[in-house]
Amino acid sequence: MPDAVMPDARGHFGAFGGRYVPETLVPALDELLATYLACREDAAFLAQLTDIQRDYVGRPTPLYHARRLGDKVGCDVYLKREDLCHTGAHKINNALGQALVAKRMGKPRVIAETGAGQHGVATATACALLDLRCDVYMGEEDIRRQALNVHRMHLLGARVLPVTSGTRTLKDATNEAMRDWVANVRDTHYIVGSVVGPHPFPMIVRDFQSIIGREARAQFAEAMGSLPSVVTACVGGGSNAMGMFHAFVPDAGVRLVGVEAAGRGVETGEHCATLSVGRPGVLHGSRSYLLQDGDGQVLPSHSISAGLDYPGVGPEHSHMKETGRAEYVSVTDDEALVGFQMLARTEGIIPALESSHAIANLTSLAPTVPSGGVVLLCLSGRGDKDMETAVSALGLGNALNGGL
Amino acid sequence: MTRLMRSLEALRAGGDRVLICYLMGGDPTPSRAAEIVVAVAEAGADVIELGIPFSDPLADGPSIQAAGQRALNAGTTVPVCLDIVRQVRRTTDTPIVLMTYLNPILSYGLQRFAVDAAEAGADGAILVDLTPDEAQEWQDAAAAAGLGTVFLLAPTSTPERIRLVGRLCTGFVYCVARTGVTGARVDLPPDLPELLARVRSETDKPVGVGFGISTPEQVRTVAELADGVIVGSALVNVVAEAGDSPAAAAAAADLVRSLKAGTRRA
Repeated sequence: MPDAVMPDARGHFGAFGGRYVPETLVPALDELLATYLACREDAAFLAQLTDIQRDYVGRPTPLYHARRLGDKVGCDVYLKREDLCHTGAHKINNALGQALVAKRMGKPRVIAETGAGQHGVATATACALLDLRCDVYMGEEDIRRQALNVHRMHLLGARVLPVTSGTRTLKDATNEAMRDWVANVRDTHYIVGSVVGPHPFPMIVRDFQSIIGREARAQFAEAMGSLPSVVTACVGGGSNAMGMFHAFVPDAGVRLVGVEAAGRGVETGEHCATLSVGRPGVLHGSRSYLLQDGDGQVLPSHSISAGLDYPGVGPEHSHMKETGRAEYVSVTDDEALVGFQMLARTEGIIPALESSHAIANLTSLAPTVPSGGVVLLCLSGRGDKDMETAVSALGLGNALNGGL
Repeated sequence: MTRLMRSLEALRAGGDRVLICYLMGGDPTPSRAAEIVVAVAEAGADVIELGIPFSDPLADGPSIQAAGQRALNAGTTVPVCLDIVRQVRRTTDTPIVLMTYLNPILSYGLQRFAVDAAEAGADGAILVDLTPDEAQEWQDAAAAAGLGTVFLLAPTSTPERIRLVGRLCTGFVYCVARTGVTGARVDLPPDLPELLARVRSETDKPVGVGFGISTPEQVRTVAELADGVIVGSALVNVVAEAGDSPAAAAAAADLVRSLKAGTRRA
C-alpha cells in the first residue's frame, strides 16, 4: 500500500496503528469512522469547513522567508506560520474539524485531553463556536505550568478537570479522558488532539492537519518554483509534523525530519524521545513506539514543553521511521531554550517551546542541507503561553538580556 | 480450558451460579497476594481472576488503579504473577484466569506468555484492551498452549459483535454491566436485564457479569440473570484496608463467604 493512502481499512500503518480499546468503545469508533468517511465525501461539510478555515482560523497561514534566522543557522529557512492561526497554534485545524463531525453525529458533549493547553483551548474554542458542551482533562502539573491557557479555557466556557494520577501530565490526562469516554460514550465525542489513539483518530487528525502541508507545498512552489530540500517539525504525539509532512510523502527528494524532545538528555532517562530510543508497544489504543521499561510498563516522560511531554507517538510516524521515509532526531530542553531566544532575536517571533525544538535543530540540520537547498519548518505555535516557564528556566530574564 | 469449563458446567448442572473473584496480583506484596488467593478460593470463589498490574489501566476506576500501583511498587511483573499462580496451584484446583492489558504481555511475548501461563497452572486470560478485531495472533498462541481466551462484551455491543465475542470466548463471556470503568457502585444499572436478554439471544456460552457489583444483595440480583457474577473492586478495597498483614486474607475470605451466599440455589 503506498504510504500516501494509508491506513488500511482497520487503521494499520504497516505494523503500527490499529485499534486496542475496551469493547465498550468499539461501536463508537465504528460510528465515528462511518460519519467521518461520509463527511469527507460531503460537499456541504467540506464547504463549511473551508469557510471556517478561511474566515475564522485565518487560513491560509503565511509562508515566511526567515532571512535573519537563515543567516544565523547557515541555511535558507522558510517558516509555515501556524502560530498565526486563531488561538495561536495548529491545534485549531483538528479541533474544528472534529467538532463539526461531533455535530453531525448529534453528540452534545465533547471531551479532550490537553498537555500545553493548546489543544484544550482549540477544543474549547470550537465548542463555543458550535454550541457544544466541553470538558478538558489536564494534568495538575500542566495546569501549573500553563496557567494562561487554563484561564482561556474557562473564559471560553469549558470546564478544566485536573488529573492527579501518575506524572500529572498529558499521558495521565489522556487516560482520564478515555475513562470518561468509556462511561459517557453515548452522548460524548472525544476530540483526540494528536495523531494518536485508536483507529480512526490517527487518520482523522492527520487529514484535518494535512492542510498545513498542502498549503505550504503550494506556497513554496509558487514562491520558489521548486520543492524544499528538507521539511521539518517538532514531534510529541506528532500532529503538526504529520500535517506538514503528509503532502510531501510522495516527493521522494524531500527529506522529512521530525524533532523530538530530549528533555534533560536522552541518557538521563528524563526525556520524550520516543522514536529515538523507545520500542513498539500499545498505549492509548494503538500500536506504536513507546517509552517503556523491560516489563512493558510505560515510563514517565519529561520535557520543558508540556505539549511534547508524552511517552508515545503517532503510529504513522512509527511507520515512517521504520520505512526510513522520515528521520527523527531530538534536542534537549536547554537547546530548545536557545532556539526559543534565537527566533525571537532574529525574526521578532516568539515561538512555542514545542516549535522551539525544531528551530533549535536547524543548527545541526544546516550543514547537511545541499548548497542552494531550502528548509521548510512548521512553526506550530506561538510562545505567549510559555513566558513564565521560559523566563524561569532562563534565570528571571537575565539570559534574555545577554544576546546570543 | 478444560478445568474452567468442567467447573462451570458442574455448577450449572447443580443450579448454582458462579462467583468470580478478582484480585490484583502482587497486592499488597507477591507473597501476601498468594495467601489471599488461596484464602478466597477456600472461602468459596468458583473462579479467580488474577490481575497483572499495568501502569495505565484505561478501563479501571480508582480502586483497581491504586491496587495496580501498590503491586507495581512491590515489584510485581508478569513472571511474579505467574509465580503466584504456581504457588496457589500447590493447594487449590480453583480455575484461575489472568486479567491484564496488552502491553505487558506484548513485552513478555504473546506466545511465551501463553505457554508459561498454561504451564504455571492458569486456565485462561483476559486482555482488556484486545478485542477480537486485533486478536488473531493471541488466539493462535493461546490455543496452541491450551490457554483459554475470554473477551469482553459491553452494553454498547451490537448483535454482530455479541456473536463474534461469544464464538471466540472459551469458558465464559465477560459481560461488562455498564458503560464505564471498574469500581463499586451503589446501584445496579437498570437496563441490565435487557442487556443480558440481548446477550443470551446471540450466544449460548455462560455469561459472567462484572463492573460495579460489590454487595451480597447485588450478587443475588445479578445471579438471577447471569451464569456468573464478577466482584473485583470490593475485594481489592478490603485488601487495601487490611494492608500488608495476615488480616488481608481473612478479610477477603469473609467477604467472599458473604458474596457466595448470593450465588447458591439452595
